[in-house]
Amino acid sequence: MTKSLFSALIMGLLFGFGLALAGMLNPAKVQGFLDITRLWDPSLAFVMVGGIAVAAIGFPLVARKSAPIFGEAFHLSDSVKLDRPLFIGAGLFGIGWGIGGLCPGPAIAVLSLAFWPVIIFVGFMGLGLVIGAKLKG
Amino acid sequence: MQIDWANLTILESTLGGVLIGLAAVLLMAFNGRVMGISGIAGAALRLSDGRAWRIAFLVGTICGPILFTMLFGGIEMEMVASLPLLAIAGLLVGVGTALGSGCTSGHGICGISRFSVRSIGATICFVATGMVSVFIIGLF
Repeated sequence: MTKSLFSALIMGLLFGFGLALAGMLNPAKVQGFLDITRLWDPSLAFVMVGGIAVAAIGFPLVARKSAPIFGEAFHLSDSVKLDRPLFIGAGLFGIGWGIGGLCPGPAIAVLSLAFWPVIIFVGFMGLGLVIGAKLKG
Repeated sequence: MQIDWANLTILESTLGGVLIGLAAVLLMAFNGRVMGISGIAGAALRLSDGRAWRIAFLVGTICGPILFTMLFGGIEMEMVASLPLLAIAGLLVGVGTALGSGCTSGHGICGISRFSVRSIGATICFVATGMVSVFIIGLF
């Protein structure tokens, strides 16, 4: 139990550090990435390139094991249903991402720089997560 | 379209992505969990079992940039929206990721690298609406 909490803490740290290095914590840069019709900064596409490359190699290696090191089972969704909530949700998320320049990971990571704009964003995001879960049923 | 050469950070962004991918693989290897932040945050808000590791992960996420600042001296950050707009954006991000079962980390990194059809569809969708959203904001 304690070991799994410690490993979750370390992976969170690695994730937050990676976000900072990648430039994902800068809303102006995120908007620059999404602004393809004007002055486009494609840098953040390389976050996906690096992340997907490592994960695409790493996940199959992990899957060879029968169970995680500090747990009983792997928790994965194998759903392949392309349903309406998926696209409506992803669509709404993208609109908010474009307006604020923050997605959930970076928004939580920049809480460490605690100032009002971020706290307000994260507060409303939390409210949204609860409402969204209710809508989904 | 014009490339913003002055602000390109291909090396840093790729390396940052590698670390994010590594965190995702290791969280699966050690905890057996998908590193999807909207899912982790959403479940952490509910009073359910299995909150502890999620809170531990989020505490780590908050500390990551602190470690980065200690090592490299600072993080470039410029907010782009007023407080009322940030509230609306936060609400949209929360509702959207809950309905759509994931965000940039869960769908964009973890799902795509497992070749999940749902994640590929969701990622194309949120990047597209994000681009439209920024295009419209730029008109004002």
